[in-house]
Amino acid sequence: MSQAFTKAMARNIFYGGSVFFILLFLALTFDTHNAWPQRDNHEAITEKVSEGKRLWEENNCIGCHTLLGEGAYFAPELGNVFKRYGGKDGIKAFIMSRPKEGVPGRRSMPQFNFSDAELDAIAEFLEYVSGMNTANWPPNIQG
Amino acid sequence: MQYQSQAVAKPYFIAAIGLFVGQILFGLILGLQYVIGDFMFPEIPFNVARMVHTNLLIVWLLFGFMGAAYYLVPEEAERELFSPGLAILMFWIFLVAGALTILGYLLVPYSGLAELTQNSVLPTMGREFLEQPTITKLGIVVVALAFLFNIGMTILKGRKTAVSLVLLIGLLGLAVMFLFSFYNPDNLAKDKYYWWWVVHLWVEGVWELILGSILAFVLIKTTGVDREVIEKWLYVIIAMTLITGIIGTGHHYYWIGAPEYWQWWGSIFSALEPIPFFMMTVFAFNMVNRRRRNHPNKAAVLWAMGTAVMAFLGAGVWGFLHTLAPINYYTHGTQITAAHGHMAFYGAYVMIVLTMISYAMPMLRGRTAAPSNRSQVVEMWSFWLMTVSIVFITLFLTGAGILQVYLQRYSGDPLPFMVVQDKIAMFYWMREVAGAVFMVGLIAYVASFFVGSRDPEATAVAGDSAAA
Repeated sequence: MSQAFTKAMARNIFYGGSVFFILLFLALTFDTHNAWPQRDNHEAITEKVSEGKRLWEENNCIGCHTLLGEGAYFAPELGNVFKRYGGKDGIKAFIMSRPKEGVPGRRSMPQFNFSDAELDAIAEFLEYVSGMNTANWPPNIQG
Repeated sequence: MQYQSQAVAKPYFIAAIGLFVGQILFGLILGLQYVIGDFMFPEIPFNVARMVHTNLLIVWLLFGFMGAAYYLVPEEAERELFSPGLAILMFWIFLVAGALTILGYLLVPYSGLAELTQNSVLPTMGREFLEQPTITKLGIVVVALAFLFNIGMTILKGRKTAVSLVLLIGLLGLAVMFLFSFYNPDNLAKDKYYWWWVVHLWVEGVWELILGSILAFVLIKTTGVDREVIEKWLYVIIAMTLITGIIGTGHHYYWIGAPEYWQWWGSIFSALEPIPFFMMTVFAFNMVNRRRRNHPNKAAVLWAMGTAVMAFLGAGVWGFLHTLAPINYYTHGTQITAAHGHMAFYGAYVMIVLTMISYAMPMLRGRTAAPSNRSQVVEMWSFWLMTVSIVFITLFLTGAGILQVYLQRYSGDPLPFMVVQDKIAMFYWMREVAGAVFMVGLIAYVASFFVGSRDPEATAVAGDSAAA
């Protein structure tokens, strides 16, 4: 780089540019907070849904599945599984039916021995997620 | 070594390499589970192995960054480290906490670990990459604060250079952004939004500052190019990193409930994110071409140039491939993401830590400037084996990803996830083979530390060229 462009100028671009874009990012974040109530399906967050989210977290479901496309890519997307399985019962039946020792040669979800109330909470959490406005993602029901 | 206290970097580097081996071992298990679904099931299910794989990566990179800082800062500040004792104490705390956490993942079911560590008091577990029990997260904060205090005091009391200042800003940002890992609202849209403040603003933000300053340091030492020139480049590169990368966070906000204008902000700014990586490549090659000395540690220079190239390919090119919203609509959360993740992490962060280890380790082991020629040959073999394998891992995963996107998302008759996984199994097999070659490279890397350590040129007092 030429001599006319000094280190001090480069440093000022770094500090000035960073501060400007941090402020812009904060402004956009503020606006996002205002936009969420129309999109995030927060009215569906009941105590049961919160319990479902905790169960989702404390069993590390994200270690195999994606949820709205984020997580591991070993097992199906679950953001729209409520729609794919046609409701809560399909989800509960699938989780309950997993064999303890797995399926020979195949990927299988572990058997978590959830109680009926816990299964219900997880299914309601997934129902809540399926109601979020995700700009029409995923592209189709297969996730 | 110019300062005695730089020696504290050594245990950090050794721990980093040890955990790196563990990370790759679990990577091989995961790769096999992709094609032999019940491999090690139910003893080590996929989610546990993945957690070990990714958490070991993060922890060993942090060990590497801290070791790099402890080696680099005294030389830049031209004084001994503020407190070598504190650095060693933090090393053991971090190592024990890390080891206990990994053992917890492996020996206790995850829900049991959550109960054992009282996750319900402040629930932070069970989110990707932030799976650590809350108590471990608090431990990380304590270690980070003590580390920053130590490094900050050293810089404050010594010479202040752009290299050490940028490193300090990067490390400070690392610690500050990690605090968002304690925010876990029930509202998933908010949870995910701020989760990215840790993950994205780490790897596509402040970590790049750390990367830039380590690279600048090694280039100053190995090429002998004027510091003014190198530091000017450093400022321009990291300016572009933050100018593009902060708003670039938006490329994660397309499909998680945030407003749709993020598709514009995210696409435009993240499309510019390859620029700082490209500048880094130009920078590294330019400095090496204008070198005023031929540093005897050729392996370190190779790692430095490799970092510049592979970070651009992995983070820059493979990131750009799927960052535009209309494309990401189809590729989001597929093997394309995995392909990018592997090459970006290897190219940017694995390689910069190995660059620093390669440069510093000879001095830490009492050499003048470089390991023996035989050792360097083995190390350069490991460079090529690991780098070429990661390229192939990335290509195979990209192939798998393109097919997955077409069959599951794009074709007129979309197939279910597991049906598609069976159809693309061949790519996963090839990825596993490439992974095994990576492991051979890593074994060669470890072996390079034990080869030719008594050869005469490794122990001889070198001339001017080694004065750095």
